[in-house]
Amino acid sequence: MNFDPTATDPDAHEPTPATGRAFRIGIGGPVGSGKTALTAALCRALTEVRLAVVTNDIYTTEDADFLRRAGVLDTDRIEAVQTGACPHTAIRDDITANLDAVEALEERHPGLELVIIESGGDNLTAVFSRGLVDAQVFVVDVAGGDKVPRKGGPGVTTADLLVINKTDLAPLVGADMAVMVSDAHRMRGTLPVITQSLVETPDAPDVAAWVRGLLR
Amino acid sequence: MDISALVLADSRYPGGGHVHSGGLEEAVSRGLVRGERELPGFLLGRLRTAGELAAVFAAAAALLPTDWAGLDAELDARTPSPAQRTASRAQGRGTMRAGVRAWPSPVLDALLSAVPRPHHPITLGALTGVAGGSPADAAAVAGYLAVSGPASAAVRLLGLDPFAVNAMVADLSAELRTQATRAAATAALPAADLPAPGSPGLDLLAEAHARHHKEEVRLFAS
Repeated sequence: MNFDPTATDPDAHEPTPATGRAFRIGIGGPVGSGKTALTAALCRALTEVRLAVVTNDIYTTEDADFLRRAGVLDTDRIEAVQTGACPHTAIRDDITANLDAVEALEERHPGLELVIIESGGDNLTAVFSRGLVDAQVFVVDVAGGDKVPRKGGPGVTTADLLVINKTDLAPLVGADMAVMVSDAHRMRGTLPVITQSLVETPDAPDVAAWVRGLLR
Repeated sequence: MDISALVLADSRYPGGGHVHSGGLEEAVSRGLVRGERELPGFLLGRLRTAGELAAVFAAAAALLPTDWAGLDAELDARTPSPAQRTASRAQGRGTMRAGVRAWPSPVLDALLSAVPRPHHPITLGALTGVAGGSPADAAAVAGYLAVSGPASAAVRLLGLDPFAVNAMVADLSAELRTQATRAAATAALPAADLPAPGSPGLDLLAEAHARHHKEEVRLFAS
């Protein structure tokens, strides 16, 4: 940061990815927070976008099968990655298997615009490598407890978007939404937070709008 | 030993090795490896067969021959299991992706234009050679990775004591050293005359793993 008002700093934002490869969005978060449901919702909502999905679930083909059964995506637009029982390693420390999957999808579908990489369920320290994704979403859910946002961790504090999922369950599990949202904003500064319930809005309109903003 | 060998043999090298178990996952699911008692035998067997073949070809590649396609085809011919060939090329490509950034060279460009997805041992040898390492260095790396990967997979799959498993790998030091010397001695042979140690058991486990993966849960790619 240069404090001289006449000096020109380098652009602080990531460059737009070179043409010829799809934009890559990572979706991470704890087990059961609703990553696959969000991925399916985005596939339904973003009908105008040529997209494909890479799944990293510990049960290898479980999520891919879910997406296929949901009928939201053709089978050949889904790649399942095996993570050697280390889901965080496959998205952060050694992204080779995921890059191979992305490249396989790009070769199979020329002109692909978006690849959603869904991580295997992990803990609050798991984030995607910037070498793998251009932007990342971290999904936590109300049923996991309203203390999760203030626990922090790189997922909550650094993800480009934090989604607090399953808001319809808040009264049932005794979670205080006001506390969750204010904790999330306090931990994240200016980074955005979206609360949603896929029961009430099955096509995740707010997250879909955020993704569209990235693709423009 | 050249420092590049340490970089390549490091389990933190981002070449995609952590998703391969070298047949161990299938052996575990069949009850052939249940714990600390069976693991040393599995590792030694793997080192003397698949590890020996990898060491031989890594050493030959470290001499940076010009006929990369020929060397790659000879290793293909010594790898009868299609699943093993797929796993080797996946690791070769991943290792090369990280390697060309670390040690950029026209030699690697020539290799990749001849063989876009080279076998893992050939990648290890070429990277070691380009970085200034010897055939023996490359052979030691290939042999070590042939056992360190499955050893780590055993810790993850069976929850074994990591100190015990690490000691098993360290116990293979003498075997690894003589293997590297042996592989270096044959490195300059014409590719067709390189040794061809086989591992039918591991070939069958690799095929079974690939088959089961389509039907049921598998955590590792091989």
